[in-house]
Amino acid sequence: MQQRALKSVPKTVALALLASLCLQLAWQFSQPRPTAYAEELVFPPDPKTLQALSLGEPIALSQLMTLYLQAFDNQPGISIPFRDLDYKRVETWLARILELDPVGQYPLLMASHVYAQVADTAKQRMMLEFVYRRFFEDPNRRWQWLAHAAIMAKHRLKDLPLALRYAQAVSKYAIGPDVPHWASQMPIFILEDMGELESAKILLGGLLVSGVVTDPHEIHLLTERLQDIENEEKSSAVPKN
Amino acid sequence: MGSPRNQVLTIARFTLLEALRTRLPWLVLAVLLLAVLGSLFISQIAITETVRQQTAFLAASLRIASTFIIVLYISSSMVREFNDKGLELLLSLDLPRAAYAGGKFLGFSAIALLTATFICLPIAFLAPLPSILLWGASLVLELWIVCALSLFCVITFTQILPATSFVLAFYVLARSIAAIRLISGSALLDQGSWSHQVTVFLVDSLWFLLPSFNLFTQTAWLVNQAQWTMILPIMVQSAIYISLLLGAAFFDFYRKNL
Repeated sequence: MQQRALKSVPKTVALALLASLCLQLAWQFSQPRPTAYAEELVFPPDPKTLQALSLGEPIALSQLMTLYLQAFDNQPGISIPFRDLDYKRVETWLARILELDPVGQYPLLMASHVYAQVADTAKQRMMLEFVYRRFFEDPNRRWQWLAHAAIMAKHRLKDLPLALRYAQAVSKYAIGPDVPHWASQMPIFILEDMGELESAKILLGGLLVSGVVTDPHEIHLLTERLQDIENEEKSSAVPKN
Repeated sequence: MGSPRNQVLTIARFTLLEALRTRLPWLVLAVLLLAVLGSLFISQIAITETVRQQTAFLAASLRIASTFIIVLYISSSMVREFNDKGLELLLSLDLPRAAYAGGKFLGFSAIALLTATFICLPIAFLAPLPSILLWGASLVLELWIVCALSLFCVITFTQILPATSFVLAFYVLARSIAAIRLISGSALLDQGSWSHQVTVFLVDSLWFLLPSFNLFTQTAWLVNQAQWTMILPIMVQSAIYISLLLGAAFFDFYRKNL
């Protein structure tokens, strides 16, 4: 359909349109940025309700929920430290997201790399435990998050027994072809740090004998490590005599 | 046809009459009944805070339903008038295009006002009166913006499907733009990447152009607390946005070759 010429529009109409547009821009410019408040994060609905709400698209809903949860963080201009969040609620959100999309890794990444980074030991432990519990549902796909949790427990929390528990779980249950050997070797190094040299030696020796490790460099490294442990054991035994 | 004021009022009156005679009130009533029944069901299955849950469900569902009804009604009514050549007949008379479009908007606004009033009636049994008045006033302003937008879209597209699709997409975006902006500015994202900066720029641009529907007609006013001062920015935003949309509708209407 052909349009009439611009001059057919009365000037008052064109001016009113332009003035309104300027007013709208000025009005929005004067408005503060939207902000997120920690206390606004409520518990998510139960799994059955979420399944119904997803209208057959649970993955899409889980992604939307992830983005929503992610909005409760440090916003530019206004800081909402993670420690202000109710971690029971955060955990429930992460669990629901994972239930909607069990293959997705996002909630575990958020738990281990984002929410576990707060300067609050109790909240850190809560997130690491969440990763630990959820690891068993799909160890071959989720091992990396628990491995990270083990490192965090060792270096950040300085809780070696906890780190060992996580590392042992990775070593025992994550046995897929894509799981690297260093992941299954983690308990050895933690045991070593704990002074449990005998246990570390047994694990390391067992690993070398099992034939799981085939890379010559890796075998060399592990053999050296085994020798170091043995030397350390001998040197620590000398003063006793 | 008399003075422009009378022309506008006459068009508005006939628009309102048309709505009353095309069973729109019955449709509103049916939707109202369905929503009330749904809210009763919700109150039955809720373990705690039954009134709160019932109110929230009723208010949220009726807010969306009223928008949907108004958009569909305006689109279908205007398109029918285009197809029946009623518009050409009217404009062949001594009637300025602005008076026609203005009259239509006034009539549709009256329909929106009546719809919002009906909708507030069942909620009045569940929430305090001041909260309902505030919520209802905000709903009216929201529906007036939707009326102006629908009028603009139907004048521009002249077909029901593109017009309603555009209005509904606009409505959803306007209600979620604050959340989208919040998410796009997250400190967790790589702030330095060009794709992030382009996204933030686009979202910010949209935010400047869209009305802040997230501030309008909040269910929280009914179930928590509400203050009358909350309506002031909504009134200002509505006045600005309605004039913007009407300006755009008039502009397009004046350029249209019938």
